[in-house]
Amino acid sequence: MENATFSPVSRVAICGGTHGNEMTGMYVVREMQRQEADQTGSVSITTVISNPRAVEVCRRYTERDLNRCFTKALLSSPITDSTPYEVRRAQEINALLGPKESQEAVDLLCDLHNTTANMGMCLIFYSLDWLTLHIYKYIQSNMTSAPVRALLMSSPKSEAYSLESVAIEVGPQPNGVLRADIFNMAKEAVDHTIEWLHKFNSGSTFEEGEVEAYTVVKSVDYPRDPTTNEITATIHPELQDNDFKLLQPGDPMFLSFSGETVKYEGEDLHPLFINECAYYEKKIAFHLAKKITVTLPSISVKKD
Amino acid sequence: MSSFNSIVSLEEARRVAIFGGTHGNEMSGVTLVNLWVKNGAEIQRKGVETKPFITNPKAVEKCARYVDTDLNRAFTPENLSAPQGDNQPYEVQRAQEINGIFGPKGSPDAYDVIFDLHNTTSNMGCTLILESSKDHFNLQMMNYIKKAIAPSSCLVLLNEHPLLKYSTSRSIAKHPVGLEVGPQPQGVLRSNIFEAMRVILKHALDFIELFNEGMEFPSCTVEVFRVLERIDYPRDANGNIIAMVHPNLQDCDWEPLNPGDPMFQTFDGKTIRFQGSGTVYPTFINEAAYYEKQQAFVTTRRESLVASSIRKV
Repeated sequence: MENATFSPVSRVAICGGTHGNEMTGMYVVREMQRQEADQTGSVSITTVISNPRAVEVCRRYTERDLNRCFTKALLSSPITDSTPYEVRRAQEINALLGPKESQEAVDLLCDLHNTTANMGMCLIFYSLDWLTLHIYKYIQSNMTSAPVRALLMSSPKSEAYSLESVAIEVGPQPNGVLRADIFNMAKEAVDHTIEWLHKFNSGSTFEEGEVEAYTVVKSVDYPRDPTTNEITATIHPELQDNDFKLLQPGDPMFLSFSGETVKYEGEDLHPLFINECAYYEKKIAFHLAKKITVTLPSISVKKD
Repeated sequence: MSSFNSIVSLEEARRVAIFGGTHGNEMSGVTLVNLWVKNGAEIQRKGVETKPFITNPKAVEKCARYVDTDLNRAFTPENLSAPQGDNQPYEVQRAQEINGIFGPKGSPDAYDVIFDLHNTTSNMGCTLILESSKDHFNLQMMNYIKKAIAPSSCLVLLNEHPLLKYSTSRSIAKHPVGLEVGPQPQGVLRSNIFEAMRVILKHALDFIELFNEGMEFPSCTVEVFRVLERIDYPRDANGNIIAMVHPNLQDCDWEPLNPGDPMFQTFDGKTIRFQGSGTVYPTFINEAAYYEKQQAFVTTRRESLVASSIRKV
């Protein structure tokens, strides 16, 4: 593959507290603000607490999930008295860091999240972007404290409902809890990202190579009572905490409250976001993904 | 007061309640109680009326710990004797209602036993919470449960501390029993945690049935962890936390913490060490709900309590 070149990445935003009860991002941002890390070498860093009201009450959101408010439609909708706080906030953030898909937008936006699922460190992408995938490759080869994986979401960038170029999702961590091991991992990933940007901006070439990624194919809901809609089973102990481990037909999937095992039927796929707290209301017990290999070209900064 | 050698005679435990949803986001109890409200066969025992009950339905609806104030701190004498009215916080009103149904607290009409089901984000495993070192019925029950689930473990936390003790939902009963199982995130239902709680309750109800049938439980020794003090996070002048539970302490509930051991880690990686005068046994390490209560963990010391022999009257 031919070497791909990109403009320097001079403006990066690090966001935390997009969900007000996912503690790691909030504290990474606060620590970066305390250390006054707004300009390091060739990179200017903007740090943002995305949903301060939700952070204040330690809830995922106050009226609507902020991380679903960045669609074109919501970003351009007129603001009235009844507009939910998070829709307003999305427009503010878009003005501060965007506008989305314009020339004025920051070059890279990293949004820090936690999950209650046992996913270790997972970078979430919205498109096959060579630059961010190289960052992923760099983080993966430099971090040994936990597995680092890539998740590719399939909606086109303009319709992406969320904030980021890349989300850094770390788990497992309960809502409202700040674990030192998880914090240290996330901070390390952010530090490696900034390090990579310096190297890139100063002319390093990052060699071609292959990376593995997961792409979500479908989601599975909990078994529910048809009249009350209440869940009637929980993730089976053999599936619980086994994110990314291949799930095959016949494998235990759910354990009902009356003791029956519900087995998986379908093609061999990799489960993830297993038993994520916020997904009960979205009717998702876990996602299923297939593993793909992406070949990256070597990349370097465009020289004038 | 009875000596080691005499048998304590106690009334049969005829009325038993199982509380779930005292904290609306602690899912094992919510799920179990809802299950048993629909079909209580599993919790029936001869000679016992067992009532499953959701204590904080509004909090359960919101999947939040509480709506206005923590229900599990609301059963104070002041709250329970205050005039009822809509201007009270929701949980105070609720405490008064619950006291009416299962109490009154301190009276002969109060329920005999209340099990209050809780989860924690701390790595505490199965924990039984005892409010009085002189409750021989509860001590015998806890001894029975521990033996029944062996080799799995179930530890006993004794909170009799005059300042740190609080007015729990279960405190209405003559014999209050807290069940705390973790680690489980708030809002999440884990199968292993759910089943563990279910098994403990099964044994607890078996004990009550045996006692009511006339079985005598000989004197025994029960190891407990007695609450000593609450340790808060280091904070700045604005009250923001400036360090996290140290990775060496995180998840190490019930393991000895010695003076000089790592306790907290600052955001830039420095270690803050435990400065106590002796070894303690920390628990409730990094419980989500306790950040606002200024508690990173509690310290305990190990004690052996002697439970008198008991038999029904």
